Amino acid sequence: MSRAGRLGLLALGVALAFLLALIAGKVWVPLWGMAAGDPRAVIMMDLRLPRACLALVVGAGLGLSGAALQGYTRNPLADPAILGISAMAALGAVGAIFIGLGGSTGAIAAFAMAGAALAVLLLGALAGRTASAVAFVLAGTVLSSLAGALTALLITLSPNPFAMSALVTWIMGALTDRGWAELRIAAPLVAAGALLLWTQRHALDTLTLGEAVARSLGVRLMRLQWVLALGLALIVGGSVAVTGVVGFVGLIVPHMLRPIFGAEPSRLLVPGALGGALLVLVADSLVRLAPGASELRLGVAMALIGAPFFFALLLRYRRALA
Amino acid sequence: MLAAEGLGVSIGGRTLLQGIGARLAPGRVTAIVGPNGAGKSTLLACLAGLRAPDAGQVLLDEAPLDRLAARMRARRIGYLPQEAPLHWNIAVRALVALGRFPHGDAASAAGRAVIERTLAQADLAPFADRLAGTLSGGERARAMLARVLAGAPDWLLADEPLAALDIAHRHALLARLRGVAAQGVGVVIVLHDLALAARMADDALLLDRGRLIAAGPAGAVLAPERLDAIFGARFAYVDGPDGVPVLVSAPSTGEEGRGEASASPRRRREGPGDPGGG
Repeated sequence: MSRAGRLGLLALGVALAFLLALIAGKVWVPLWGMAAGDPRAVIMMDLRLPRACLALVVGAGLGLSGAALQGYTRNPLADPAILGISAMAALGAVGAIFIGLGGSTGAIAAFAMAGAALAVLLLGALAGRTASAVAFVLAGTVLSSLAGALTALLITLSPNPFAMSALVTWIMGALTDRGWAELRIAAPLVAAGALLLWTQRHALDTLTLGEAVARSLGVRLMRLQWVLALGLALIVGGSVAVTGVVGFVGLIVPHMLRPIFGAEPSRLLVPGALGGALLVLVADSLVRLAPGASELRLGVAMALIGAPFFFALLLRYRRALA
Repeated sequence: MLAAEGLGVSIGGRTLLQGIGARLAPGRVTAIVGPNGAGKSTLLACLAGLRAPDAGQVLLDEAPLDRLAARMRARRIGYLPQEAPLHWNIAVRALVALGRFPHGDAASAAGRAVIERTLAQADLAPFADRLAGTLSGGERARAMLARVLAGAPDWLLADEPLAALDIAHRHALLARLRGVAAQGVGVVIVLHDLALAARMADDALLLDRGRLIAAGPAGAVLAPERLDAIFGARFAYVDGPDGVPVLVSAPSTGEEGRGEASASPRRRREGPGDPGGG
């Protein structure tokens, strides 16, 4: 099958998952429940439709950023959450709330983006020119724990610990009760970040042969790093600001798609976005269907799926990483 | 014309290159030779524009190389590193297509035509859809060279391109490089193997401890008496299997086993050649 055909199939999957996200829940609502005058239209239009759109946007952004990040770090274990970018974004968001900007989602998003950008640049500095997979994952671990500790510190120092503890739950990542307002913040940020990453797709490809070859081909590595930091900050910061940390999407999706679409980073960006949207749409539908009085959090569900996946990858790559 | 003018590089007080001046001619194969630590790869990186010298400058057609935008430089100068990693197992065609990055036309019809032609010239057409990670060492070296040639550079700078190859593939790759030079490309290669350098290169730059010892036609630069002093071994030219003189070496007297092996193992075992011959 041609690449276009495979992309078409994946897009079809996204469309079906989108429909599933609309109708699935503790109460199943058929699509015609959206019709004006139907009593269920409120559920559909104000809860499920924005939530599904947000899942689409956030999932696409995370899948795309995972593909770009793996290409940039030449590291099959890279993911915005594993490398601490999401944790730094969350720290930024909590920081914004700590200094009293909690009322403005825009301010939270801006702080989250600053945290994410700082994380990418710190990763570049910490992992350095060696760019080995192990160095990146270690640097990411350090960043994650540091961001986690600082977040906890801010919560402890907060004048109103109860409000902040609600925040902890939020950091864990969910799409519950997110509406059009959140979508209006996240969608443009993710779209802008995706565009930025897209412009660097061929430069990412040249890194397949290492930094020396990339430079000899005319890639300016510092510029590439800054553009990627900005692009990832827009996507991860924009996503974390409205949904909290949803990890592992960027790890799992490129791996599933690499055998189908090829390993060049440029060929994985669009499939990564589609695959990420598909994964998050399906996962968010499933957490709504999980039994129990309260909903399973999406971030928790993704970690439950993603952590074993990460271990499986580690087993597969440990020979190469040693 | 690619030229170095008073080139100097030092790291942390250690001098890697000092006062290197050389002019390289297009359409010729120039070998950069010298003992370990002589600064061969550093010089090549400077010439490729990948390393900014601390002193002096590199000139491309009489204009400073560092004034050229990175992509423009990349269109003119192709660089083949010692052993490039292959981080993602991509198809051979995609690997060769990376060479079009400076031109930004890998997806266009014209760019694709160049890529297919390069694949065919490198005898890689049957492998084009195979994953590069599945190639043998010799095929992979061909693919990596094709990647550089796909960019149609005026200069091809290669750092030890033969390191991982057996002797037959070395000769084959060098023959290819000679063919590239015959088309007008300036080929500059860092070579450890003095015998291959003497046989294949038109010109040679001999470095020792960061200084340029000699430059000029390979036969004159690679004179046995000069090499003796620099490499600490005894050198001689003897008749090769095809009648072309071959540079061979033996340990200098009293230092058994420290010689540089340049000739075939059998020839070496037969004993050192006459140091005065050639």
